[in-house]
Amino acid sequence: MSDLELKNITKNFPDVTALNDVSFDVKDGEFFVLLGHTGAGKTTTLRVVAGLTNQDEGTVLFDGDSVNDLAPADRDVAFVFQQYSLYPTMSVYDNLAFPLRSPLRKLSEEEIRRQVDIVAEKLHIDHLLERKTAYLSGGEMQRVSLGRAMVRQPRIFLMDEPLSNLDAKLRETLRVELQHLQKTEGSTTLFVTHDQIEALTMADRIAVLNEGSIVQIGTPEDIYDRPNTIFVAQLVGTPRINLVETSREDCNIFIKNSTLYIPIPEGWEPPDSFVLGIRPEDVMPDREGEFAGELALTEPLGMETILHITSGEKTLLSVIPGTTDLKIGENVKFNIAQERLYCFNMDGDSLTC
Amino acid sequence: MATIELRQVEKKFGDLHAVKPLDLTIHDGEFVVLLGPSGCGKTTTLRMISGLETVTSGEIYLDERKVTWLNPSERDIAFVFQLFALYPHLTVRQNIAFPLQAQGESRETINERVNEVVDLLQIERLLNARPSKLSGGDQQRVALGRALVRRPEAFLMDEPLGALDADFRESMRAEIKRLHIDQHATTVYVTHDQVEAMAMGDRIVVMSEAEIQQVGSSNEVYYDPANIFVANFIGSPGMNLVSSSYSDGIIHMPGADNRYPVPDDWRAPLGEALQDSGDVIFGFRPECAEIVEDGTLAGNVYTVDLYGAYSMLAVNMNEQDIVHIRGDRLIHYPIGTQVRFEVDPEMVRFFDPATEKTIKREAIQ
Amino acid sequence: MSNFREDGPGYPVTEASRVDKVSPISRRLRSLRAITVMVIAIIMLIPVFVMAITAFKSRSVIVSHPPTIFFKPSLEGFVFLFTDRAVVSKARQPEFKAAAETGELGLVERIALESGQEVTGPSDYVNRLKNSLIIAGLSTIFSVVLGLFAAYAFSRFDVLGKDDLLFFILSTRMLPAVVVTIPLFLMFRQLGLNDTHLGMILLYTVFNLSLAVWLLKGFIDEIPVEYEEAALVDGYSRIQTFFKIVLPQTMTGIAATTVFCLIFAWNEYAFALMLTSDNARTAPPSIATMLGRGGIEWSAIAAGSLGFLIPVVIVTFALRNYLLRGVTFGAVRK
Repeated sequence: MSDLELKNITKNFPDVTALNDVSFDVKDGEFFVLLGHTGAGKTTTLRVVAGLTNQDEGTVLFDGDSVNDLAPADRDVAFVFQQYSLYPTMSVYDNLAFPLRSPLRKLSEEEIRRQVDIVAEKLHIDHLLERKTAYLSGGEMQRVSLGRAMVRQPRIFLMDEPLSNLDAKLRETLRVELQHLQKTEGSTTLFVTHDQIEALTMADRIAVLNEGSIVQIGTPEDIYDRPNTIFVAQLVGTPRINLVETSREDCNIFIKNSTLYIPIPEGWEPPDSFVLGIRPEDVMPDREGEFAGELALTEPLGMETILHITSGEKTLLSVIPGTTDLKIGENVKFNIAQERLYCFNMDGDSLTC
Repeated sequence: MATIELRQVEKKFGDLHAVKPLDLTIHDGEFVVLLGPSGCGKTTTLRMISGLETVTSGEIYLDERKVTWLNPSERDIAFVFQLFALYPHLTVRQNIAFPLQAQGESRETINERVNEVVDLLQIERLLNARPSKLSGGDQQRVALGRALVRRPEAFLMDEPLGALDADFRESMRAEIKRLHIDQHATTVYVTHDQVEAMAMGDRIVVMSEAEIQQVGSSNEVYYDPANIFVANFIGSPGMNLVSSSYSDGIIHMPGADNRYPVPDDWRAPLGEALQDSGDVIFGFRPECAEIVEDGTLAGNVYTVDLYGAYSMLAVNMNEQDIVHIRGDRLIHYPIGTQVRFEVDPEMVRFFDPATEKTIKREAIQ
Repeated sequence: MSNFREDGPGYPVTEASRVDKVSPISRRLRSLRAITVMVIAIIMLIPVFVMAITAFKSRSVIVSHPPTIFFKPSLEGFVFLFTDRAVVSKARQPEFKAAAETGELGLVERIALESGQEVTGPSDYVNRLKNSLIIAGLSTIFSVVLGLFAAYAFSRFDVLGKDDLLFFILSTRMLPAVVVTIPLFLMFRQLGLNDTHLGMILLYTVFNLSLAVWLLKGFIDEIPVEYEEAALVDGYSRIQTFFKIVLPQTMTGIAATTVFCLIFAWNEYAFALMLTSDNARTAPPSIATMLGRGGIEWSAIAAGSLGFLIPVVIVTFALRNYLLRGVTFGAVRK
């Protein structure tokens, strides 16, 4: 396994700049997630690392050595595509063996058989080896795709939203397995996704990509607790963070277009107007609560319930564990965890209040 | 608004049983979700209600009217598709007006109704745009508008949020639900995402392998699943299900001497269902277990996930059974270490491995 | 009278179809459509049928009025097709008749005798067929192979001026053959390609290339690039990915393209007529002008056309499974 470094990668397409001075590093054995919306440049980044797309500027380094001049075949990376990675005319065994039969390797058929069997067992697909890939379920197909990558024992795994096309339930199961595999094998993995749950749960570190530029790099906790822009704050966390425009009124922070006045927390020196961020788990319904609003909607999710509380024209999301007896239209009293508020200026950057 | 009733509705494609005979009643103004994995029959059922698919046998009633063999256009329902199905050559306004024009309504009525809907969905700024220029979320709003403008007896929605990015899905979900509360329209909604189903549905119809597994409210299917499929499918992650054996008031789970004394009110029902000893499946939800130093049960940490406000541990009880337990975000659990945990006795559930059905707590008198 | 809206179609519906498609009216419409299609198909096939039976008619039957469908079949047409004959003078007729009675004459000679002719040798027809086979066959192979590589390049690579080149290739198809025949004739003569197999093969290859490139590009475009990229990352070279991955998946496209190119080259008439005379003449021009004593030998022409049909029918039949999928699947797109 290798470590990976991207230095100042820029890639331009005729009508758009796909990547703008992108730099980050992935340590040996790390599970690194590139998180961003569709079209942010995540796939382009992967392709540049693989050598399938050539960057206009910048260097890609494996273990400190530049691979800019190496063809994809020589970089020894494995690429797991979102779809279309299995050859429809071949059996599962042949698909798994395909990378090992490439001209770069001179392996005997017994050796190939042995390696394929090991990987098939790890992914629980050993019973499917003789089947044609057209007769597999979605989850089985993705397992085989992963197998194809694993069988090569490459320096780096590149994964392009491999779980996105699966049903929600299947995604959960495969996610846990993939995570465990990566941890036990110690494989350096660069994983790309738009799903923030995937990013938060699987990553050792995350890089947030927005329209071709890296916005923030950090551990999942860093990204969640200390977002440096509104964009990042909104990107992670379900339900989404509450963001409201506020103005300073005497000793209170007034949430515009609502009836809520929050006393300024200890040691804060907020500007006259800024954007306040409150995570839904920090909006806590309480009979003795300081603040009040009306319950507009409840979304019972089993393990927790999302409440939509309106005050004036603003709606705050609150998430509570378990269920609630509150009815739609009722008045709700709630507290706000004032030690966990976020401040952003009007341009969207984080502020220290 | 209308009641929808399906009586022994069945669909076969050749020999393939896509929907086994099912009975379902959707009450006036209810938001019912058909939930299940791909291929379970939910979309076929929806299409049969709309007339886009014929039934192999059975009857469909819309408000006491038998509609089984009426054309889709004669049933007075509106269908919202996953891929929006907007007319690319028409503007948003024209798209929304289209169904009314097709019905021959007067110009005043059309304008009035279109404005009403546009107002409701807050899409005034989009009126003159072409669908291809709009974001996914906006396109779906227009599709909803086109359905709403007809004021049909019922709305049928086929995974309308499936094509949207995750954050759009969240906000559109709340919008659709709020629309429903406002309009109180009978709605049948199909999805494979159980979070969506739980958040939106007045009642959820959980389907698998062409059959209804359970019909109930979010709480019912979450806390009292009728069988193993529902227990596993609902909730992220699903309910923990550990294969165990029961004898004499104790549940024996595989691995590391894991024994769980059964709560008193379960002794009788378990005894009766299992004849005092036998294989049983022990179930509990991740938030109903807690990591404690002196917990009854033990396992090794398999993975730890940050879920935002809390963390989720996957704990390996033996080689096969991995259970999820909700944990404190701030405590660090290294992979491979042993943890002990306790399960809330009020919230344990049991399933018969042979029938896969739940064992009810109320003893059969 | 069963009421569809009340009771449904009266049988359990086990296909995927909308409700309005199983109503009695809809079913009747479908039957009507099927019948109409069959009628049109029959009408289309009548000329072929007439040609087939004409091949087996003797001269007198052919010119009879009204035309007959039931008659005594004769192999006269085939004999006239495959042999060159000379008229037997009145003087020598009796000795031929005697030879026929004693069984000295073969079947072919006896049939020739019935119209007062003797066989002088085989006709050119077999040669012409052979020329057709060689020229059409080889040009098809060349155009498909060249077209395949060109299509792959256009599909996968950033070729300079790709759109213009593609349009240019397509434009060669827009020319009616007649317009360029004279210039071609002059060019061929200068190059010494007049009436040669090589010349015709080159010509047909070039004309078929545009069709091949466009059709095959459409098929190749349908194959997701990820398949090849995965192989590239795994260590395979471009060429290997082409043969191992792209080719197997393009088989239906290749089959469809082959049939189309073959049909064009096989049936080509204008160029064959103008640019060949003796050596490289293919079947179409020669069949059309089959002359005999006292005019046009219809039975020979019919027999010749029938024989001419056979190779193409065989190829199309052999590739029929590929064809159906190929024609509907690979719509020609940019």
